Amino acid sequence: MKVAVIVFPGSNCDRDMYHVLSDVFKLESKLVWHTDLLPKDIDAIVLPGGFSYGDRLRAGVIAAHSPVISEVKKMAERGMPILGVCNGFQILVEAGLLPGALLKNTSLSFICKWTEIIVKNNKTPFTNKFKLNQRIPIAIANGEGRYYADDETLKQLKRNNQIVFTYAEEINGASMRIAGICNKEGNVVGMMPHPERSAEQIINPRNAKPASLIFESLQNTLGVTA
Amino acid sequence: MPSFRVNVIIENRPEIVDPEGDTVLNDLVLKDKKTPVKKVRSAKMLRFEIEAKNKESAEKAVLALCNEFRIYNPLVSKVSVETLNA
Repeated sequence: MKVAVIVFPGSNCDRDMYHVLSDVFKLESKLVWHTDLLPKDIDAIVLPGGFSYGDRLRAGVIAAHSPVISEVKKMAERGMPILGVCNGFQILVEAGLLPGALLKNTSLSFICKWTEIIVKNNKTPFTNKFKLNQRIPIAIANGEGRYYADDETLKQLKRNNQIVFTYAEEINGASMRIAGICNKEGNVVGMMPHPERSAEQIINPRNAKPASLIFESLQNTLGVTA
Repeated sequence: MPSFRVNVIIENRPEIVDPEGDTVLNDLVLKDKKTPVKKVRSAKMLRFEIEAKNKESAEKAVLALCNEFRIYNPLVSKVSVETLNA
């Protein structure tokens, strides 16, 4: 069992993600450079946060054309659990694996703070250990994090139970306060907040247990016992 | 073959909030109470220099690139082009 953590030029949360997966949750992980092939023996993929290609043109759009993304798309079709965090979420959207767009925050500011999100779908590979409507104290750090979708897409997201996380407070002008969504099948999840910065008590000034359930859910999905 | 400059202007669709344009309008332009300006929208411009048979084929080729590489997200943005001799 392995989790591939994809590294793009400008990723900066890849090592944090690798540490949390490998050292804290004992999920054997491998950093994979974006021009390399995915290892054959992987069971999950994580696209970490950062500023791939310096957010040139639009956050995530250039990385979405990286060679590894065509393989990520194939794995998504096969039902493999895939998580995109922050810039990883933006890349999944730009690659067409998740609907909508991530726009500049309404304040035009880079928002870096602790907030709370609410679990709205506890059936995904990354949320199956949560109770519905459970709150997660979690870090956010983004400038282009305002999730936007048109009314028809929002209706579909709601109808198909694709809204995974919402913000507990108004934070950046996101449609329906959306903080994370999944594809129709539920195996591809994108979220703006950073669970890898929030799942250890030593770095979470609030309660790290809820954020750790994201990784425990993945352990559960992959049949790993901690 | 002749060269052309194709300016691709990417801006948010009218229904999408444009906080940058709003800030320029409200916190800069409207400070002059006499201004006739009613609206400001921000945009990004990319200038492509391209060899092509004529202006039309230059424009067509650049628009095809914009669609292929998702230079703009059609859900939230629209593009307009202007083509000039290089």
